[in-house]
Amino acid sequence: MSKLDLTTTYLGLRLEHPVVASASPLSYTLEGIEQLAEAGAAAVVMYSLFEEQIELESHALHHYLEYGTHSYAEALDYFPKAHEFNLGPQEYLELICTAKERVPIPIIGSLNGASPGGWTEYARLIEQAGADALELNLYYLPTDPTLTGAEVEEMYLEIVREVRQHIQIPVAVKVGPYFSNLAHMAARFVQVGADGLVLFNRFYQPDFDLEQLEVTPNLMLSRPEDLRLPLTWVAILYGRIQADLAITSGVHSHLEVLKSMMAGAKVAMMASELLKNGPKRIKEILQELRTWMLTHEYESIRQMQGSMSQLHVANPEAFERGNYMKVLRSWRPDPTGMLLG
Amino acid sequence: MPQIITVDGNEAVARVAHKLNEVIAIYPITPSSPMGEFADQWSASGQTNLWGTVPLVQEMQSEGGAAGAVHGALQTGALTTTFTASQGLLLMIPNMYKIAGELTSTVFHIAARSIAAQGLSIFGDHSDVMATRATGWAMLFAASVQEAQDFALIAQASTLKSRVPFLHVMDGFRTSHEVMKIEALSDDDLRALIDPELIWAHRNRALSPDRPFIRGTAQNPDVYFQARETVNPYYQSVPQIVQDYMNRFAECTGRQYRLFDYVGAPDAERVVVLMGSGSETAHETVAYLLGQGEKVGVLKVRLYRPFDVNAFVQALPQSVRVLAALDRTKEPGSAGEPLYQDVVTAISEAGLVDRVKVIGGRYGLSSKEFTPSMLMALFEEMQKPSPKNHFTLGIIDDVSHTSLPYDPNLSIESPEVKRSVFWGLGSDGTVGANKNSIKIIGEETDFYAQGYFVYDSKKAGARTISHLRFGPRPIRSTYLIQKADFVAVHQLGFFERYNVLEVAQEGAILLINSPYGSAETWENLPYEVQAQIIEKKLKVYAINAYQVAREAGLGNLMNTVMQVCFFALSGVLPRAEAIGKIKEAIRKTYGKRGEAVVRKNFAAVDAALAHLYPLEVPPAPTSLKHLPSIVPPEAPEFVQKVTALMLAGKGDTLPVSALPDDGTYPSGTTQWEKRNIAQEVPVWDPAVCIQCGKCVLVCPHAVIRAKVAPPEAFEQAPDGFLSARAMWKGLEDQRYTLQVAVEDCTGCSLCVEVCPAKNKSQVGRKAINMQPQLPLREQGRKHWAFFQHLPEFPRFDGLSFNNVKNVQLLEPLFEFSGACAGCGETPYLKLLSQLFGDRALIANATGCSSIYGGNLPTTPWSKNREGRGPAWSNSLFEDNAEFGLGMRLTLDKQKQYAQGLLLQLASEIGQDLVDALLTADQSNEAGIAAQRSWVAELKARLKDHTDLKARDLLSLADVLVRKSVWIVGGDGWAYDIGFGGLDHVLASGRNVKLLVLDTEVYSNTGGQSSKATALGAVAKFASGGKTTPKKDLGRIAMSYGYVYVAQVAMGANDAQTVKAFLEAESYDGPALIIAYSQCIAHGIDMAKGMEQQKLAAESGYWPLYRYDPRLRAEGKNPFQLDSKPPRISFQEYALHENRYRMLKQINPKEADHLFKLAQESIWSRWKEYAQMAEAHTATTQGGAGQAASPAELREEL
Repeated sequence: MSKLDLTTTYLGLRLEHPVVASASPLSYTLEGIEQLAEAGAAAVVMYSLFEEQIELESHALHHYLEYGTHSYAEALDYFPKAHEFNLGPQEYLELICTAKERVPIPIIGSLNGASPGGWTEYARLIEQAGADALELNLYYLPTDPTLTGAEVEEMYLEIVREVRQHIQIPVAVKVGPYFSNLAHMAARFVQVGADGLVLFNRFYQPDFDLEQLEVTPNLMLSRPEDLRLPLTWVAILYGRIQADLAITSGVHSHLEVLKSMMAGAKVAMMASELLKNGPKRIKEILQELRTWMLTHEYESIRQMQGSMSQLHVANPEAFERGNYMKVLRSWRPDPTGMLLG
Repeated sequence: MPQIITVDGNEAVARVAHKLNEVIAIYPITPSSPMGEFADQWSASGQTNLWGTVPLVQEMQSEGGAAGAVHGALQTGALTTTFTASQGLLLMIPNMYKIAGELTSTVFHIAARSIAAQGLSIFGDHSDVMATRATGWAMLFAASVQEAQDFALIAQASTLKSRVPFLHVMDGFRTSHEVMKIEALSDDDLRALIDPELIWAHRNRALSPDRPFIRGTAQNPDVYFQARETVNPYYQSVPQIVQDYMNRFAECTGRQYRLFDYVGAPDAERVVVLMGSGSETAHETVAYLLGQGEKVGVLKVRLYRPFDVNAFVQALPQSVRVLAALDRTKEPGSAGEPLYQDVVTAISEAGLVDRVKVIGGRYGLSSKEFTPSMLMALFEEMQKPSPKNHFTLGIIDDVSHTSLPYDPNLSIESPEVKRSVFWGLGSDGTVGANKNSIKIIGEETDFYAQGYFVYDSKKAGARTISHLRFGPRPIRSTYLIQKADFVAVHQLGFFERYNVLEVAQEGAILLINSPYGSAETWENLPYEVQAQIIEKKLKVYAINAYQVAREAGLGNLMNTVMQVCFFALSGVLPRAEAIGKIKEAIRKTYGKRGEAVVRKNFAAVDAALAHLYPLEVPPAPTSLKHLPSIVPPEAPEFVQKVTALMLAGKGDTLPVSALPDDGTYPSGTTQWEKRNIAQEVPVWDPAVCIQCGKCVLVCPHAVIRAKVAPPEAFEQAPDGFLSARAMWKGLEDQRYTLQVAVEDCTGCSLCVEVCPAKNKSQVGRKAINMQPQLPLREQGRKHWAFFQHLPEFPRFDGLSFNNVKNVQLLEPLFEFSGACAGCGETPYLKLLSQLFGDRALIANATGCSSIYGGNLPTTPWSKNREGRGPAWSNSLFEDNAEFGLGMRLTLDKQKQYAQGLLLQLASEIGQDLVDALLTADQSNEAGIAAQRSWVAELKARLKDHTDLKARDLLSLADVLVRKSVWIVGGDGWAYDIGFGGLDHVLASGRNVKLLVLDTEVYSNTGGQSSKATALGAVAKFASGGKTTPKKDLGRIAMSYGYVYVAQVAMGANDAQTVKAFLEAESYDGPALIIAYSQCIAHGIDMAKGMEQQKLAAESGYWPLYRYDPRLRAEGKNPFQLDSKPPRISFQEYALHENRYRMLKQINPKEADHLFKLAQESIWSRWKEYAQMAEAHTATTQGGAGQAASPAELREEL
């Protein structure tokens, strides 16, 4: 056992192993971060700081403090005047700061900005709070039909470029899979200064409630099969771009960690599994990882990283169109009706 | 250099009081509440007093409680104060006698206010303080904000030295709420007057077990009298002590005051004597008249008690021949008002009776305007050989002919003073921006500045009028602006409702916020307004401030846009400098709320001037629009002659004879006031509607109503009047219609939110949808008129009104109140009025419900076609349960007497009718209708009888029809100030119904914490989040065993609410309903009020239940839990509300702690309730645990 080397590097950080807690409600509190660290997470990506949310909070506070005021002589206002409000990023920044003091593992900030000034301003604050690295959560859902893909891409690149110019700590970019040519975009992200790419963002996909006729914003946790998409892309990108790759979405057991590593990821990030079964699950996964590596006579994580990337597999077309055709041809009607149900 | 601050009287006084005290007991009452709020906020944020310790601020359950706490704190040696007014001060009187009798140093700071007599008034006069004259307190009257601050210190210094307690009095609203530029007192100023030796002496006199003594003995005829006389030397020394401190104060600050300050000609023959803010106007008037060569003067009374006759006489010029004492109070039946009597006494004792004639009169009651013109009329009267005595100033008294005539158009305002008047809406931020403007001008320029604000009597769509004065010399005009050189009208609609230009002087600037372009704006002004603009040669500018604000992301808050325009047009400051200062003010005011808010306001400021444009005024009016009549011609005579004038803002012109002499006003007058305040109103889509009645139930203003009537009733319907086949079993051949009173709607959209029926092709649309009001107004008016003429659905013919769907067909007898848009209280009152209104008596505790329920000019409790409806009254805040019980006692007694008379007169009346009347089953609508017809028959048979008993019975006959007594109020009443009475009334077993409209704060006075406030909620007086859980009032009531108790939340379960009301009313005993009522003070989107009620119930925070003692007799558990176990967390409910969210933003750690406690408390209470609901009722089967029924109890009594 002691011979096994699980270490990896990610964004220039040396990590004890590749299992990282990705942005999730588990990092809302110091206790949560401590639990993740105690459970053995190699690093913690903080929950995302949303600039829009900060603005919304500020506006909501303003609105409700003003609403109904100065209308009626007996009640010129309805709330006591507070000395200070803890609005916006302070709580987030203080949490990073305290977490850095309390846990030995790297803390990676996560930011979703809304305005050009907001991205750089908050990035700088997160750096100052002591974060070891910053993950830019480029979550934007364009719905305007007149906006071109190129414009959206340029907007993304501009954000990364700007942030990169304003902070010194490593920067990873977390994106979704919906680009016309993700490989090209990945390369351009690296060109403008991204140190890492995190694949993929889980886009919010609401459901319909047929009884109430309402759109319901329930978040679906990931399933192991969700690994397929990031796995594919990490395997394709590995060796083609000069940036660390991270897989998030669908990592639920040591098997997905192993697959991620073999595809070429530096780390495998988890959230859904930890939300469902608690941070202690990391310990079990690491144990299973070790057992698997021993059984299969692997010595280190590094040894397997990228081993099944497109560059290194015997049949690179398995990742491309040829494979798609093969998959289609392999389909047979399901006589039992059970497999497709 | 002294620090210059721009503050109102309340803040000025509270600053000093907070610095000079250790314990502060508080209770909210208008207009003194802000003093307590300031003290609480400052202590909550750790601000220390003069000795470096944070004063302890304690909210009490009533002013009586506050006085008791103050008394105790004083007796144990703390420097202690309180703030109050009006009825609050009256509740302190018993303790005030004790405090004075024990020679205890303290100052109570009073924002003097009218006392409720023929009607309540929140406005200013001296009635309250005058009612305390006999208590033995010194009284020091401040006339301005500066004096209010200064006298707070002088009073404190004087009480410590003299040991006589002081009332420090400023005029409510006129001074307490007037914003003025003043010189602030520094800590050094305070130290210079407060002698530590005296504080130690105060402590040394305190009760202590380390040196025990007894104080507060019971005394007998042998010594009480002598003991009462022991205090005389202390009172004799007070005037000199006060004057000494005034002199020392002058050495520190340069501001010299005297016990009586004379201003005027040294050889004046006519002098007026008065105190409070009116003396500033008198000062200004005298100065003007001196300039005209008149020999007049004013004597300002500072120290009113103890009244120093020598100082008074010496302050008068030797030349005085006529003295007029002006009292801002009324003592009916007296030989004269208090100051007059004191002046008469002083002149008599000084031996000046032959030389000086004294007259007295009243002025300024309830903030009635007191102007130079009135004083000039008085000075003229004083020149007459026999001037009128016991006169009134400022009204037309055509009954007792006391009033002195004056010229309302006469103005002596100095041209060097800039005078601006702003007409705004409460919701548009006009007042807030103007307060900022005064601060900017007051603190950044050499100008003196004054701001006074006039508010509406309605809460929704409220109009505000700001009066701002700036000038190079101190401003003494303590009255509204009479001639403005700048008028801003922030709502175009005001031109149609008010004479907004009356105040504009010739050549004034008029700034209009208009949604239109230049030409359209002009055409949208009524003809009469255009004529005024032309005649007065006004320079008109316009801007679409809403558009600028919206584009900057500020929604409807266009105050900063209008503020920029004001500065730009008025030229008070250079434009660039003004804009810089406005931005500074924005940062200061809103900075704490986040950068985003500041940024958007800055954007609005930057965009404002580009949108401002001058309006071209043609030489003659061109508009096709004319001013509409205030009330429709079909309105009753009283409404035409009296109410309409009040509505037009002309109530001041009503003579005494026009007003009822005993406070009795007609019911149902809101229907005549078409306010048109909603920008959007609901519109019905019959194709989608399922006729469930939920929208009708939740509408806070009773503007959505439903009727079912035969098809022929709709034959004359106007164009576009919608109806649908009625969806009731057995009524399929009838038509259903849902109508909206578009002119009365506030646009809250609660109805749309609660509507469960969605359009199958566009799920975003429902059976009712909001649409712009203006295009619907004309048609809406016609539809509403037709709807009203449709027959009402019969109350006793077929349908049972025991569910929401059927209740919608009952006519509401509570309509179009002035409550806030989306009010959570009023739907319950409306339901009450639908179910029982035609036989209900309502005792209403003072508070929101008494204000929207009874505030003139128009009131919402109405009557049906038969002329029946709720009989409504308000006694006080603290005694409402007892007041209602009194109503029931009358009914019970009279019914008993009438029944006795029936038996005695059976032979004359006829046995059949007597039997019918005595045995009538009035448990349902049919039975009540039958009894009414028998009572009508009884009256007919008794009509011609001359026998005394028969006439007696005739006068009481109506009492034989079942009546319903409802005791209504908020949580401030039920949980705090009125709890003792409420408890007693519940315990009485009498058939009264208590409805608690629980908003969990004192809503009417601006959201102060009550014992109903939830753990973890931020409220005034609980700035750091309330740390104790809400009192379980229902549980307390249930402990009696014979009280019907229900906790309801209409938005969570409307069927349960209806059931609870019906059960409570049908129960022959006391019943208590606690109703969740959302409020602005919760900080929620009011449109989502019902959704929030649902979350409250789902979280277990607000469990729904009913406790019906009748079930016990049936061997059942009387407690029925109507809620399901909690299925969401407390925070999932709470964090929708600013009152909770704010704590997370102020103190996240404390929020986490309190929210955890709140969650635990919910669970533990739920567990207890669940156990109660499951508990077996075996013990109630005739065992010791069985409570007697209220009826049985009454029998025993």
